[in-house]
Amino acid sequence: MKGTEFAIDVTGVTKRFDEKIVVNAIDLQVRRGEIYGFLGPNGSGKTTFIRMLCGLLTPDAGTGTCLGYDVRTQQADIKRHVGYMTQKFSYYEDLSIRENLDFIARIYAVPDRRAAVERSLVRLGLANRSHQLAGQLSGGWKQRLALAACLIHSPQLLLLDEPTAGVDPKARREFWDELHQLASDGLTVLITTHYMDEAERCHRLAYLAYGNLLARGTLAEVLASAALFTWRVTGPDLRTLATALRGRAGVEQVTAFGNTLHVSGHDAAMLEAAIASVRDARHTWQRIPAGLEDAFIGLMDSAKDNFA
Amino acid sequence: MSSPRLSLRRLWAIVLKEFIQMKRDRVTFGMMVGIPLMQLMMFGFAINSDPRHLPTAVHVADTGPFGRTLVQALRTSDYFEVVHEAESEADTQRLLQLGDVQFVVNIPVDFSRRLLRGERPVVLIEADASDPAATGPALSAVSKLANTVFNRDLAGPLARLHAKDGPVDFRIHAHYNPENITQFNVVPGLMGVVLTMTMVVITALAITRERERGTMENLLATPVRPFEVMVGKILPYIAVGYIQVTLILITAHFLFHVPMLGSLPLLYAVSLLFIAANLAVGITFSTLAQNQLQAVQLAFFFFLPSILLSGFMFPFRGMPHWAQNVGACLPNTHFLRIVRGILLKGNGLAEIAPELWPLLLFVVVAMTVGVKRYRQTLD
Ligand SMILES: Nc1ncnc2c1ncn2[C@@H]1O[C@H](COP(=O)(O)OP(=O)(O)OP(=O)(O)O)[C@@H](O)[C@H]1O
Ligand SMILES: [Mg+2]
Repeated sequence: MKGTEFAIDVTGVTKRFDEKIVVNAIDLQVRRGEIYGFLGPNGSGKTTFIRMLCGLLTPDAGTGTCLGYDVRTQQADIKRHVGYMTQKFSYYEDLSIRENLDFIARIYAVPDRRAAVERSLVRLGLANRSHQLAGQLSGGWKQRLALAACLIHSPQLLLLDEPTAGVDPKARREFWDELHQLASDGLTVLITTHYMDEAERCHRLAYLAYGNLLARGTLAEVLASAALFTWRVTGPDLRTLATALRGRAGVEQVTAFGNTLHVSGHDAAMLEAAIASVRDARHTWQRIPAGLEDAFIGLMDSAKDNFA
Repeated sequence: MSSPRLSLRRLWAIVLKEFIQMKRDRVTFGMMVGIPLMQLMMFGFAINSDPRHLPTAVHVADTGPFGRTLVQALRTSDYFEVVHEAESEADTQRLLQLGDVQFVVNIPVDFSRRLLRGERPVVLIEADASDPAATGPALSAVSKLANTVFNRDLAGPLARLHAKDGPVDFRIHAHYNPENITQFNVVPGLMGVVLTMTMVVITALAITRERERGTMENLLATPVRPFEVMVGKILPYIAVGYIQVTLILITAHFLFHVPMLGSLPLLYAVSLLFIAANLAVGITFSTLAQNQLQAVQLAFFFFLPSILLSGFMFPFRGMPHWAQNVGACLPNTHFLRIVRGILLKGNGLAEIAPELWPLLLFVVVAMTVGVKRYRQTLD
């Protein structure tokens, strides 16, 4: 391991597919032992960026290091120390759980392979179904197998591409507990997700849209940078109210949450003016701190104006 | 790059994985044993079987009775089915050329008269021998026919006309393919054909399958190197190739009684080179193809000339020059000669050497292209 503070330290990373810029000059620093959340709408370039980090794609521009190795020239070294979990399940469906783990362990030349496979089966609770074919596993179990497989060579950096898509809440929570455990042991994790509760469990976040990094930092920093003001309203006939609010100057988002409505905008004064124009006694209005989801949707909407 | 060397451990990991996958894929596994057997039965027996009722045209210029007797004899024989009585010679030539008939029997003008005079008149049998395996048995039946057909007619005082070699002189003129391919030629040739077909197809799928199922992304993210993937995927199928070779040899010996004059260990050793050549082609194809269907199509693209231009289907020397040149580039052409040489002529290493180095060259070239084409990244 080369002694740098950052597990990932890249600047200006760019990728084009047929002249279409998919990842646009992204700078990213991830500290060792940190869980770094990577968020963004579909097609924003998250997977493409991760593939460049682990040497699967060559960046068109940009420089930097991953675990101290140059991302452009030392891809072979990076591969040995990185665990990459692809977005789509990419282990062998016609191999059993144990055979898959064994294969990966052999490829990475894991010392004391048998024991390592056994340990990872036990830790992930897969020991009693180790002979089941991977293709017969349910989605959630496939995810667990994939995590077990990409941890088997004790990597220093985990790149997880939507590891919890389609996983039930309890399993997700366990998964995150496990991640925090690994991180406290010094493992660095870069994880993409579409779940806001997971984003909140990350040490740091980055938000990507249309290939551009729109915000990054801790949860509080991202929220602050979004500079979004949100009101919550409760009362009767919220649908009519929502219709009345939409399209008014200063109102950027109107979202229904069960029996409440969230109304947000970037300009506090204009937002309040808009609210005042529809306000009546039947409804209760309350200022609340903007949520991460509101913040991201706000970022995405403004990004659309800038880049689309 | 800090691990540019081949790692036997990683190579072995791939080999084991391929074996497990092979074991799980029952259909393909069945194919690997089924195809050689099926082809042996089809090609072997199609040729071994004694084709009868072959369409025949007769052109009878004779006005006497014996011409008709001969035609009648042909009609009652199993081998010939007289489908046409031609008016002119041009007529018969056309039928032959179109492939409408396999034989034309020409009975000359003064056939009866000359027969009675004991002059052994000539009956010309023209055969479409482009598939000599089909015409062979029929033609040998003709000579037997000649001795017996006029037994009844040439009784009593005419019995003196029974010449030692029959009262009629049958002349056979084989058209289109003067070279005789016998089943001894075909069955050893099948070895190359079967190996080409299965080895290329199955390995052509090997890497495309990984790409199609998405497992390639994972494999690429590991430290495993292209050469290790290639060789690791090839090795298990060499074992399969040897199973096929053995199957074919057993069948050739016990079912078709193909002579085996040369050294079998030599044959097995040379087979390794040929199997490797086909596997390398398959692997190269799988790096070119986008999906499994394309891989199979590419494999077929290679398979056709390997059958048609290698000397398996048509005599190599009978092919036009360009076809011979193409054929010379195909591993099957050389392997065919080696197998036939070893089995039928008892050739040793010295005799087959001129066919060995083209094979070797082919393996090296195909492997190099394959490894070069194997993309180490996804772009
Ligand atoms: N190999 C490729 N060739 C061409 N275009 C590609 C390729 N891979 C990705 N793209 C394009 O790049 C863009 C970003 O894709 P990417 O998979 O990185 O998005 P993502 O952020 O991971 O999305 P999601 O949340 O849906 O997984 C998309 O528009 C996609 O169509
Ligand atoms: Mg993605």
